[in-house]
Amino acid sequence: MGFRGRDVISILDFTRGDLEELFGLADYFSSNRRSYKLLEDYVVALAFFEPSTRTRLSFETAAKLLGAKVIGFTSEEGTSLAKGETFADTIRMLDGYADMIVVRHKNEGAALYAAEIAEHPVINAGDGKQHHPTQAMLDLFTIWKLFNKVDGLVYAVVGDLRYGRAASSFIYGLTLFEPEKVYLVSPPLLRARPEVVRVLKEKGVKYEEKRSVEEVIGEIDVMYVTRVQKERFPDPLEYERVKGSYRITLKLLEKAKDHMKILHPLPRVDEIDPEVDSTRHAAYFTQARFGVPVRMALLSLIVGVKP
Amino acid sequence: MSPEKASLTVSKIRDGTVIDHIPAGKALAVLRILSITGKEGLRTAVLMNVESRKLGRKDIIKIENRELSSKEVNAIALVAPTATINIIRNYVVHKKLRVEVPDDIVGILKCPNPTCITNKPREHVVSRFKVASRSPLVLQCVYCGTIIREDEVEKLLMA
Repeated sequence: MGFRGRDVISILDFTRGDLEELFGLADYFSSNRRSYKLLEDYVVALAFFEPSTRTRLSFETAAKLLGAKVIGFTSEEGTSLAKGETFADTIRMLDGYADMIVVRHKNEGAALYAAEIAEHPVINAGDGKQHHPTQAMLDLFTIWKLFNKVDGLVYAVVGDLRYGRAASSFIYGLTLFEPEKVYLVSPPLLRARPEVVRVLKEKGVKYEEKRSVEEVIGEIDVMYVTRVQKERFPDPLEYERVKGSYRITLKLLEKAKDHMKILHPLPRVDEIDPEVDSTRHAAYFTQARFGVPVRMALLSLIVGVKP
Repeated sequence: MSPEKASLTVSKIRDGTVIDHIPAGKALAVLRILSITGKEGLRTAVLMNVESRKLGRKDIIKIENRELSSKEVNAIALVAPTATINIIRNYVVHKKLRVEVPDDIVGILKCPNPTCITNKPREHVVSRFKVASRSPLVLQCVYCGTIIREDEVEKLLMA
């Protein structure tokens, strides 16, 4: 299918071949870091209805390095949404100004709805607890760079698998490849949602639900850790019950394989001990840096230009 | 009371639709799917829990002067998969139809996920579900991915 002119709503809309094409170009941008004029005549709108640091800034950096003009907002305050304008009308307006719209919103399905309204491509930068496809793209790219492959590895996805869109999208992304096994590690309250588990089953991925990382630490090649998504808990008491229920420490890592790498979409709160940052296992800051070349590759492929 | 006796108590309709073999107790849910509230002025007979050779007990609905569209017919399958539809013209059965859950279920069910975009006030997004499995029936919200099962469908019908 390729990326040209397409919306990016879920990573499941793409094939392994699409992602490999993306990785190839991201790799190029990663080793040839400079300004380009590939998107010189384009305007990219960043419509962040929900807070963001990395995703917004890496999209902005990516667009600017490609020569595009960037417009947008970073919260509903300061826009006419505060006056009661609908999401739909805001998207219609941006569609008139920009050639691509990057949307983040707290409601699941907002990006798909935006794509139905807009004529220009819409990129989902996170819709509620559901999808975060560009995060999954850079997560998989990081693994592809670190291991030269995504297939054949044993993964543990750790943390808030219920409300975490990065975790869900990463699991979806793995189903496009051939992982050896995927452990879903979470407190019982934060298990992966039925629709996520359903995709694992449908695609025939070997998976197992576990309660603690200790059970699998010696077996895994990649540990994907996520934060408990405080902002998505309908009941604050429920959050209090699970917060701090898992923590990656130096002691835990004593039992890990030498080459085991830890990824985290960030921000982290207390789920990875800062002492872990300086170990050979920590790959989350490298991962965050790859956000720029991966998003450069994505924007270029959607427009249909290559360096 | 046998179905024959039941038919004695309700006169035949001249033109319209008879929905037969509705699982017992589901007639009101079928009426909700068809948006029939009684205020439309249609002469409608609702028989509930009558004997049936096929189902043990069943519900029947007779609606005068309204022929159901195939879209309406298929939506009925969500709550009454065994239902049979007879379109009546001039007292005789003009057409017999079987119901089948449509691939896309648009604007009939409310998504149970409160943070789904289809539940956002003032946005006017029409709910849409696709069939993930027909037997057992499993539906999935196109917008937020939420999965609903057969036993949840009835309570999610929009008024």
